[in-house]
Amino acid sequence: MTEQKTQSTITKFFTRRDTLKTMGAAAGLAAGSQLLSGRYAQAQSSEPIKIGFQAHRTGIGASYGRWYERTTMAATQLINDAGGINGRPVEIVTEDDGTDPKRGAEVVEKFAIQHKTDIVFGTLFSHVVIGSAPRAGELKIPYFVVSEGHHVASGKLNRYVLQPGITDVKSQVQSMAPWVGSNLGKKVTMIFPDFAFGHDHRDYFSAAIAAQGGEVIEKIAIPPTEQSFFKYFPRIPKETEVLYHVMVGPAVLTFVKELGEFFGKDRPQIFGFIDSLEAVDLANPGLEALEGTYFWEGFPRYAQNDGANPHDAFYREKVGVDANGASLSDPKDISTYAHMFGCWETLYIIKQGMEAADYKGPADRAKLIEAVESFTDFPEGPEHPQGAKIFNGQTHQVFGIQNISQVTDGKLKVVHRTSIEDSLYEPEVDYTKMAF
Amino acid sequence: MKGLISKSLGLHLGLIALLLLLHFILPDYHHVSLARIMVLAVYALGFNLLFGYTGLLSLGHALFFAAGLYGAGLSMQFFQWTAGPGFVFGLFCAIAVATLIGMLALRTVGVSFMIVTMMFAQVGYLLILYYNEYTRGDEGFVILRELRMLGPLDLSAEGTRYLVALALLAAAILIKLALVRSPTGRILVAIRENEERTRMLGYDPFRYKLMAMVISGGFAGAAGAAYGILFGYVGASFASIQYSILPLLYVLMGGAGVVLGPLLGTIAMFYLIDIASGLTSAYLFFVGLALVLLILVAPKGVLGTIRDRWVPWLP
Repeated sequence: MTEQKTQSTITKFFTRRDTLKTMGAAAGLAAGSQLLSGRYAQAQSSEPIKIGFQAHRTGIGASYGRWYERTTMAATQLINDAGGINGRPVEIVTEDDGTDPKRGAEVVEKFAIQHKTDIVFGTLFSHVVIGSAPRAGELKIPYFVVSEGHHVASGKLNRYVLQPGITDVKSQVQSMAPWVGSNLGKKVTMIFPDFAFGHDHRDYFSAAIAAQGGEVIEKIAIPPTEQSFFKYFPRIPKETEVLYHVMVGPAVLTFVKELGEFFGKDRPQIFGFIDSLEAVDLANPGLEALEGTYFWEGFPRYAQNDGANPHDAFYREKVGVDANGASLSDPKDISTYAHMFGCWETLYIIKQGMEAADYKGPADRAKLIEAVESFTDFPEGPEHPQGAKIFNGQTHQVFGIQNISQVTDGKLKVVHRTSIEDSLYEPEVDYTKMAF
Repeated sequence: MKGLISKSLGLHLGLIALLLLLHFILPDYHHVSLARIMVLAVYALGFNLLFGYTGLLSLGHALFFAAGLYGAGLSMQFFQWTAGPGFVFGLFCAIAVATLIGMLALRTVGVSFMIVTMMFAQVGYLLILYYNEYTRGDEGFVILRELRMLGPLDLSAEGTRYLVALALLAAAILIKLALVRSPTGRILVAIRENEERTRMLGYDPFRYKLMAMVISGGFAGAAGAAYGILFGYVGASFASIQYSILPLLYVLMGGAGVVLGPLLGTIAMFYLIDIASGLTSAYLFFVGLALVLLILVAPKGVLGTIRDRWVPWLP
């Protein structure tokens, strides 16, 4: 009893600020309620839905951020042209997170408290998402990420964080392993950056290829500060049938060039993630070595013209990208096409969720999350141009098809599309059981 | 003399009281931001003790911040410790690392000291990446909300977070004030001004420099542990070179060798970035511009210049 009393006194002190605010607000409301009530109802019905866009405008993710922003603006324009969400226009409020987790968390605070946005949306880099997620949960603001990381579905975040518009690395790797094992070879050597992203690939792919009867015969971790890679290549065993690489960062061009020089024409099959070369022109000198190698792509950079995706042309035009994956206004400005569709699709899911929840304002944030959690699939169409998706409300994670492309005549040509089912895995968390 | 002590004590206590008052009246966004600023200011206060008072420029303080951050975060993650034990362990880790690095790095002076401390910090950063299995490397990890409790206090709540950050800052300010006004503080300043003469007077500079390094590292570690616990995230970016440079910028802006300089610098830098980034993606240009202007107009930082011109008693 005494303990309870003490706790109650402490709590009162720590929340006294809120109490003072409440008293002040109550007095203000009493004085002005009659005067304002009509105007408030008017404002509520027509004021924009504000979406805080956490953008990598600077820092290591800037090339992704630039295209994420363009895609977001293109989708928002379309949504607004079609009448907005629940009859209200959508307003994007952008803040630069500097691709830094500390600034990312500050930006979430800024959106929630200063800009008073309805939700937060958008960021890619895992460390920014993980650094921001606790603040989103504490401020009780839905945080829709387009990050590709497994951190959402792994259960380490909270109920306010969702990833409904882009698949995660675990499902990507798992769905491609069968094709790699059947078509390229079963003895795999992996080269990956020695940090979390690389380790995820190492662990998920090792398990997935083992399930296909294959094995990873050598794992070569490259320190993140490395600038030259020749010294690592002799560690690639001679019996290697497939070389799997997921290098990222500024040294990736050097990596690819040195790899080409090391092997010459006599090389194993090479499979990589386009993450290595997003926003990089394949016509760059030295990248000729990539001819004939394979890449994962979320959404094929080059227009395929094979009729497999009827919505690509529409989406491509709206986001301002030509048939080669470059900006319509600057052929040297290569897009991050494999990933940026996630912003487009996530915005449409937010729209769908707000409409299902009859979202009116921040008081309905929990209803919005519950509405999105209740979704199970998103059909292919202009709103989901990358392809149909299956959504798991328990894990807050979406699943979709993946593309394997081969570099042919300096362009990426799709040679295989996985099924959604190939990418499914057992849920590791049930966010719906967590309290708001 | 007594008057000066009471005047400076009054100023610092008054500032702490003002920060407490702000808890009740600040608009929400600034209230949340000030909690973060106060934690980072503790880091800068520690840096200032070494740089501003002892004359040692470390470019590896992120290592001590990270030692506190990871000491607290990993112990809470793996042993399910709550905030209190986590904080104490984080502080212990930072002090242990600062003692070890101090004993090695203080064998060098000047530019060599800067390089050696920077290299040790880089080693720490790479170790965090290397032991990804435990640290989750660059990606980092979230400290569970239910562990971020200090007795009955939920440290993830906005009001509690502010007051705990304020308590930490108040403790840091008062400890530092007491230290710099003590005979030991005078010896640190003497080492900064002329190490050989201090040695000639019979003091052992190595001993005092090591002490300054350990206390400075302890402040950094306390800030790191508190940051992880209060904001729920532990990540390798906090161990990067950027976070070794930040306290230097805070101190240069606010005033090196002034107790409150780092707090003012942290506030100024936070809002400079916050406001400028809303106007342009080239906001770091404004940070650079502000520093250039500062060096031209007030080379001793804002409070350093104020002390020189108007308030000579400012400690």
